[in-house]
Amino acid sequence: MTDVVMPQMGESIVEGTLTKWLKKVGDRVERDEPLFEISTDKVDSEIPAPATGVLSEVLVEEGATVSINTVVARIGESAGAAAPAPRPAAAPPPAPEPIQTAPAPPPPAAKPAPAPAPVPVAAEEPQGPLSPLVRRMAREYGIDLTQVRGTGAGGRITKADVEAYMAAQGARTVAAAAPSMPAPVAPPAPVAAAEAAPVEKPGPAKTRVEPMSVMRSKIADHMVFSKQTSAHVTTVHRVDVTKIAKLREKIKSQFQERYGFPLTFLSFFARAAAEALHSFPIINASIEGRNIIFHNEINIGIAVALEGGAGLIVPVIRNADERNIVGMQRAIVDLAGRARAKQLKPDEVQGGTFSITNFGSFGSIFATPVINQPQVAILGVGAVEKMPVVIDDAIAIRSMSHLALTFDHRLIDGALADQFCQKVKSILENWSDPVL
Amino acid sequence: MRSCHMRDLGRMGFGEAYALQREIVELRKQGKSADRILFVEHPHVITMGRNGHAENVLAAPEILARAGIEFHHTDRGGDVTYHGPGQVVAYPILDLREWRRDVGAFVRGLEQVVIGTLDDFGIAGGRLPGCTGVWVAGAKVCAIGVHLSRWVTSHGLALNVGADLGYFRYIIPCGLTRPVTSMKELGVSAARADVIARMAEHFRRVFEYAAPVSPDSRPGEGSLVNRIPVETLA
Repeated sequence: MTDVVMPQMGESIVEGTLTKWLKKVGDRVERDEPLFEISTDKVDSEIPAPATGVLSEVLVEEGATVSINTVVARIGESAGAAAPAPRPAAAPPPAPEPIQTAPAPPPPAAKPAPAPAPVPVAAEEPQGPLSPLVRRMAREYGIDLTQVRGTGAGGRITKADVEAYMAAQGARTVAAAAPSMPAPVAPPAPVAAAEAAPVEKPGPAKTRVEPMSVMRSKIADHMVFSKQTSAHVTTVHRVDVTKIAKLREKIKSQFQERYGFPLTFLSFFARAAAEALHSFPIINASIEGRNIIFHNEINIGIAVALEGGAGLIVPVIRNADERNIVGMQRAIVDLAGRARAKQLKPDEVQGGTFSITNFGSFGSIFATPVINQPQVAILGVGAVEKMPVVIDDAIAIRSMSHLALTFDHRLIDGALADQFCQKVKSILENWSDPVL
Repeated sequence: MRSCHMRDLGRMGFGEAYALQREIVELRKQGKSADRILFVEHPHVITMGRNGHAENVLAAPEILARAGIEFHHTDRGGDVTYHGPGQVVAYPILDLREWRRDVGAFVRGLEQVVIGTLDDFGIAGGRLPGCTGVWVAGAKVCAIGVHLSRWVTSHGLALNVGADLGYFRYIIPCGLTRPVTSMKELGVSAARADVIARMAEHFRRVFEYAAPVSPDSRPGEGSLVNRIPVETLA
């Protein structure tokens, strides 16, 4: 058996990412034939096999990053996989001297035969090399690996072993937390067994691990980045949209008929915001170092939720201030539709100077949205609902909504943010533009 | 004594230059060629590294095709990048067993070549820790991506001299959401030949060749290399 190790690619390089296996377990490999590829700091390298033989074991999965000299695979001498006679003659590629040069990990000290019957009690150190995945799981979840029984080749601990162990531990924790509960959901005859052999019975997994999609991890980074960058403050203003509600009620079927898409409240809010941004250019700005960048164009991003929680994208309505209600509605319908169909062009999600998020469409009264960097404010529009309102000491039924403006307090003072909201409110409450 | 031949291929399609590189890499591995540096300018092309993420190409294939942009997968390191007119692309094919045997040092060396070249034109370029490439005031002016096979390098670097930066909007360069820039945008209009001449000198200095980097000599019959006119930049 020859160990294949992550090679040392340079003085400052302590680890590498295994990007691709060029051979599969069971494949015959010739010495010096490319065996796998690694990636280190913008350099992809093909790594040749250190010996001729059969690739008998692959210990590191594609995509894993491991430190140099980690054993990533083993090459056996004959076609019989998992060759029964483990010989320690390992020759890592760069070393001219065959054995025990230095940093290479000690060959798994003469294992007690191929071990067809895994010895049950593993009180000592976990044997054999641990995969980076297993090591990471142990680190992340604080698991003592000596307590985990390995069922992999030669008693090695696999991901499934760790998961089974965690599930068993989880079951015990739950049991301990609620001892008096007669466990209504529990299967018929479990309880006593758990005591006798704590680690043995895996039980169903309590968690499922799934890597984030690229979009999700970008959203995650962007959200935290925004929270770390801006001093978020949210101010909430109540707005009476009765007039708009009546107007919309009156013309909506005619609108739909004429243009082929519905008329929604959002267009009115976007139109009002665009108008108000004209009066408050600092809300339509961004910060660069110690400079304030005022944008001459009013480009409003509209947050669009993708189906099934797949993510969030913010297509931009350019020169939003130049659009009437029809134009605004058309842009919203078009961009939202294409965002969901993943048909947006790159420049359609860039260059926004202000954003609007319409959580009201999901029933939210108001929320505290996160600023879309490098902008300095975002307007959240709450649900439009009829409610009793006091007007001139009389109670009236009005269509009400809430405007939640999150602003960057580094640049925008509270008073100014409120003046902006009052401007939006005033435009909406005194709506006079004809729509059709 | 280590020596290095250089050649300016002028305008050449990415695929053709790639085939040429591979041939030279093979010759280099067999010890039949000295170190070489190819300079080239590609027509519009977006290339994806082995670890590239498709999501970093922002435009659908049809849109790229309509905009006249080719698309290639490659075996270099790094994510997605753009090449096009106004860019000096350099492909060093060096055997690192003869120089440091250290990919980290090689990449830092490439950065140093570009930093030195920019300095000759009065531009203060630098490194950004963790973000390979050369940067000027937070914007990327030079992208780096390398492939290594038995310590022989291929691919290399792309310096934006007068490139139309608008083309970068089709991608998230190297997966980073940072701006790109060019020498031209930084206020320097440099001729391609001058940039290459300066770069060759810095290659010689950084990678420690005794003699000035010399124009290429011709390899054997039937080689793709023979189809390329010999340049006389020294």
